[in-house]
Amino acid sequence: MRDGAAGDGLHIRLHGTAPVPLDLELHCAPGQVLALVGASGAGKTTVLRCIAGLHGSAAHGPAAHGLVAGLVRCGGQTWLDTAAGVDLPPHRRAVGLVFQDYALFPHMTALANISAAMGHLPRRDRAARARGLLSLVRLDGMEGRRPAELSGGQQQRVALARALARDPAVLLLDEPFAAVDRPTRRALQADLAVLRRQLVIPVVLVTHDLDDTLLLADTVAVLDAGQVLQHGLPAEVARHPAGPRVAWLLGTGAPGPLPPKEAPAWLPETGPDPAHEDAGAFTRGLGAASRRTHI
Amino acid sequence: MDWPALHLSLVLAAATVALLLPLAAWLGRVLAYRRFPGRGLVEVLVALPLVLPPTVAGYALLLLFGTGSAFGRAAAAVLGHPLAFSFEGLLLASVLVNVPFAVQPVQNSFAALPRNVREAAAVSGMSPWQAFLQVELPLAWPGIAVAAALTFAHTLGEFGVVLMVGGSIPGQTRTAAIALYDRVQAFDDRGAALLAAALLGVSLAALTLSNLLSRQVGRRTRHA
Repeated sequence: MRDGAAGDGLHIRLHGTAPVPLDLELHCAPGQVLALVGASGAGKTTVLRCIAGLHGSAAHGPAAHGLVAGLVRCGGQTWLDTAAGVDLPPHRRAVGLVFQDYALFPHMTALANISAAMGHLPRRDRAARARGLLSLVRLDGMEGRRPAELSGGQQQRVALARALARDPAVLLLDEPFAAVDRPTRRALQADLAVLRRQLVIPVVLVTHDLDDTLLLADTVAVLDAGQVLQHGLPAEVARHPAGPRVAWLLGTGAPGPLPPKEAPAWLPETGPDPAHEDAGAFTRGLGAASRRTHI
Repeated sequence: MDWPALHLSLVLAAATVALLLPLAAWLGRVLAYRRFPGRGLVEVLVALPLVLPPTVAGYALLLLFGTGSAFGRAAAAVLGHPLAFSFEGLLLASVLVNVPFAVQPVQNSFAALPRNVREAAAVSGMSPWQAFLQVELPLAWPGIAVAAALTFAHTLGEFGVVLMVGGSIPGQTRTAAIALYDRVQAFDDRGAALLAAALLGVSLAALTLSNLLSRQVGRRTRHA
């Protein structure tokens, strides 16, 4: 399942009918942040769950209702290939997923939450590395706190540290700022903008916020009913939305109800922008050296 | 004071808990998380001992355990004596009639675990077995403690099934609850009162212990 071209980022191609229709193809290079933007029910979270292996696939039987078919490849490994009957369970996919409501283990301290995701490391190394991750997310001194004793923003940071603890080949962020107040959101955004410069893995950010996208993302894919309406550089997409529906979904369009779907005059771009290709090649080189997060 | 009867009751209750709890942890978890054909029927069967008159359950088990049934003959061949009117038969009957008391609290506590916390365990790299031991079991522990306490206390008090399946053989199948009935029949008020007080005390102790255990977990998971 591992091929020679390790560390070429994340490739996904998904088809399905439920819970939302899905028909898309996306790529995210190592070190790049791909924002998935769209209204609720557009399939953003379903895409993340398919990458993480939390969504049922049609790999082991007929394509039944609610199952997704397609391909997920990351860091040179095939995680899902329904045509070939490959569907690795979540614990065998090197993903770091930050859940929207964090989903920390309530009975464990912050430090234990992070070391719980270090099954791949020798036991004696875990505490030191977990401390390193805690200080990376600026939570020094919070080792012994349980989730109930942490603020929302602090819980989010623990969740981020736990997601990185696994040395993932891809980092998935599901609306990471949705559950915190505005000042906390600003601080988290700024920290994540710094942190992402240190990551040599692809990062997929699900959001419905244009600010998040412009601040953090290298590319943005606007999702609508499980399809990519537009894919490109955030500033480009914001400035030249491919139609009123995209503008509306980005929150830049005219006020009013969501414009109806139109027959697109343009073809949805699924490959990276040519201007971006070079940057991608550069980070790919970094990714090939190691898929670990360098901290 | 009928010490052998009280001793027998305690041994029976402890053995029932030891045998039933792992089964209940497995079955309760399956019923909480899996959707499969016949799941409703399994839930009905689990709850059946709650509504069945104990004498009916005891009579059915007596027929099953007797040498008149294939199961009874097979069991007798293995044990060297008939299952009916023996401690082993009593233990098996006790496990069966306690299934709802053990399975339902366990099922409820597994069902109450947030789904995304279980998913977080998987995406943190834990195998299903590791996730069970490190995340699910510690969080479902209060329900398991309740299941143990209810099973223990209910076994101490079980009368109809024990009398039907076990008879009242001193030292073998005459439990404290049956000995208490015998004391009353014999107009031995003092003996009856002592046994009743002992059963009450043990039941209270079991419930208090389970309460303390689950509250300790509550302290660990909520505010310290």
